[in-house]
This record gives sequence, C-alpha cells and structure tokens, in this order.
Amino acid sequence: MAKFKCKVCGYIHEGSSAPAECPTCKAPASEFVEEKKKISTNSNGYTLIYAAVMVVIVAFLLAAVSSALKAKQDDNVKLATKKQILSAVNINSTDANADFNKYVKAVLDTEGNEKGAVADFNVIGSEKYNVVYKCELPQGVKYIIPLVGNGLWGAIGGYISVDENKSTVYGVFFTHDSETPGLGAKITTDEFRNQFVGKNILRDSALTSIAVVKAGTAVNDKDQVDAISGGTLTSNGVNDMLEKCLGNFNSFLTK
Amino acid sequence: MSELFSKKNKEAFVNPLGLNNPVTVQVLGICSALAVTAELKPAIVMGLSVTIIVAFANVIISLLRNTIPSRIRIVVQLVVVATLVTLVSEILKAFAYDISVQLSVYIGLIITNCILMGRLEAFAMQNGPWASFLDGLGNGLGYAKILIIVAFFRELFGAGTLFGINILNYECIEKAGYQNNGLMVLAPMALIILGCIIWWQRAHRKELQEK
Repeated sequence: MAKFKCKVCGYIHEGSSAPAECPTCKAPASEFVEEKKKISTNSNGYTLIYAAVMVVIVAFLLAAVSSALKAKQDDNVKLATKKQILSAVNINSTDANADFNKYVKAVLDTEGNEKGAVADFNVIGSEKYNVVYKCELPQGVKYIIPLVGNGLWGAIGGYISVDENKSTVYGVFFTHDSETPGLGAKITTDEFRNQFVGKNILRDSALTSIAVVKAGTAVNDKDQVDAISGGTLTSNGVNDMLEKCLGNFNSFLTK
Repeated sequence: MSELFSKKNKEAFVNPLGLNNPVTVQVLGICSALAVTAELKPAIVMGLSVTIIVAFANVIISLLRNTIPSRIRIVVQLVVVATLVTLVSEILKAFAYDISVQLSVYIGLIITNCILMGRLEAFAMQNGPWASFLDGLGNGLGYAKILIIVAFFRELFGAGTLFGINILNYECIEKAGYQNNGLMVLAPMALIILGCIIWWQRAHRKELQEK
C-alpha cells in the first residue's frame, strides 16, 4: 500500500492512488505527492552489510591496482636505487641503467670477495645492504657502501663512497622516508652532503666512522661534520647509521 | 550555468578562503600546518595535495550521503579518504616516481588531516556533489593560503631563504647585526605566527568577534 501526503496540510492518505480531495483542507488530488518508502539506513543489518560490501570493494580495488602496477613500480624503484648509488660518486645520471652498467665494475661482499656478475645483481633484493659496489671512474677506483638506519620518524638510508685507500670520502647520498620537511629532511641537501667530502673514515688504519655533531663540538678521535640545527635526532640517526653500517664492512675496509 | 554558480555555491567556495577559513576560523588542520611550514616548497605541495584530495573525497561522500548508515559514517569517510590517497600514491609510484618520492612524507599527513574529516562531516554529508566539490576546493585553497603565509615568514626569518634561494644570508646584513632566528625553524614559532594571523583577522573582521 502506497502513502500519499498532502502538500498543503500534511495529511497522509493510504491507498493505491491519491484521494480526489483532502479530507482536512479540501485540497485537490494534484496537491498530493507519493511518499517513497525509504530503506532504513539505521538498522543493524543494513549497517553490517554496508560495512562488509564497502570493505570488499575497497580491498579488491586496492589489491587490483597494487598488483597491476607492481612490476612498473619495481622497475622505478630499481632505477631510482641505481641513480642513488651513482649519486654517491657524484654522477648525476639521466640514464641510470646504462651508467650503472658502465661504471660499476664489480659487486663485492663484506669480505671483499666478488659476488657474480653486476648485471645479475638485484639492487633492491635481500642482499642489498651487504655488498660494496666497486666503481671505476675517470677519477680512479671508488668503493660505494650502502647505509640504512633510523631517523626520527622513520627509516633513513643512503650510500657513501670512498677512494681506493678505503678511507677518504669521495661523496655521500642520503635519503629518508618521513623526516620533518625543513628540519631533519635537510640531510638530503648538498650543503649537508658536501661536508663529508674529503673526511676520513679510517684513522691509523682502524675504522672510526665520521661523527655528526652540533657545530662547534670538539671530537678528538675521529673526523666530524656539523649536524642540522632543529634536526638533532635525525642527525644522530645519520651518525649511528654511519657507525653501524661501516662497522659491517670493518674487515673489508681495514684489510 | 547560473545554477552552477548560484550565490550559495559561490559562498561554499569563497567563504573558506577568508571568513570561514579552515585553519584560522574553524581551527582545523593545525598539526600539519605546524609540521610542513618550515619551508615554502613543502607548504605549497601539501596545500595543493590537500585541496585535490578534499575536493574529490567531498564529491564521493556527497554522492554516497543518502546511503551511509549514520552510526558508521566516520568510518566510511575515513575509508574513502584513505583509499583515495592510497590509490593516488600507487598510481604516482608507477607513472611519476619522482613526484611520489617527494609526496611520500605527506601521504600520512593528508589521511589524518582534520580538514578532510571536518568538511566531509560538516558539508558533504548534507550537500550535493557540485557544492561539495566547490567547498572542498575552497577549504583546500584556504588551508594552502595560511600554510604559505606561515611558511613565508618561517623560511625568510628562520633560514634567510625563500624557496631555498638565498635572500638574507649576506655578509653586509650579518655585519649590521642581523641573525637568522633559530626559533623560527621550530614548530612553536609556527603556532605563534598562526596566532598572529588569527589575531589580525579577528581585529579586522567584526563578524568574527564574540560579544
């Protein structure tokens, strides 16, 4: 049974069609409108079904998009990683794949032994933090060591390259997931990175790493660079990351 | 056409830019306004991202508004926003990797931005898609405007630069006794600048003053 509502007085008539005349205000049939039955959006069943359907749709949508784009995303990540590795030896590459194959001559493990062909090595695979990239540039042989650590809000990482003497820093590259823009995120700037160039990670053939400390602090037993003001915790993260990751390659670096 | 730009729709777009600004009047999105305003560039990127996401989330919620069960409406809004942001970031990762790397910091900040939830709940749940779209655009731009003003002062007086370009770091200025203010780089100063903007706005706008 449909319901009809009088627009003039609000009287509700139940029947298959609108009445010829409103019993209370005498308005004609044209003043009546049919009241559509609405599904109650407040019932428990509706709420549950709505939630379930929404979750299923969203899950499928995200899964489909993610798996469809996975291969393309991985390629992008590999390319970007190669670009980062090259940045550590101050090559600003536009074609990272070609340049990587051109300059990187060998991939070495933590002891300095060769690990198979460069072209086969997966730069984003599980071994990515346990290898040294040996580069031959016009400026000489450089070793690139991967870095990974914790900043203030998330992971930080990068690459540091040293000369053939395995001590003098040739270049560094830093990246971060979610450090504060304008503060900790400044570790990626040239200003911060250039400080490392020419510093030594070895002293008397023992590994010392490089200290990242507040400007003006005196450090006696190793080389130092200035931390970022307002980004103390991120700077400490860089300091710890260098110490830990270079430590992994202690036997290679001091050999 | 006249209906598309009726007085009500125009107000939905123009009001958030000034009289009903999401940051200074509705006091939404303060946390991200402090986090990304140390420099101008991230402030602009964040402002534009929020504008785009809030406009489209508003449209989707507005289209769904009559079907959403009122008891789980906040959950639905959150799911729509999170899905939208995740989709955009996945697509960017595949087709515009460089941009996605720059934006990665903001993804989390956008999803949890109070402006999104505030506008979805206060406007899109009651209004049609077109009006909601304009409201989203207006609020996003109103938010971006405040972000840029705050970032301008913080970057200029904190680091002496604008967009990373040197403005004040010259020897002659330093010799005159001027120094960059380290406090400007820190979050508390953003709050103080924001306070000053609200003060200025309220002093000029009679209708915002409580009796």
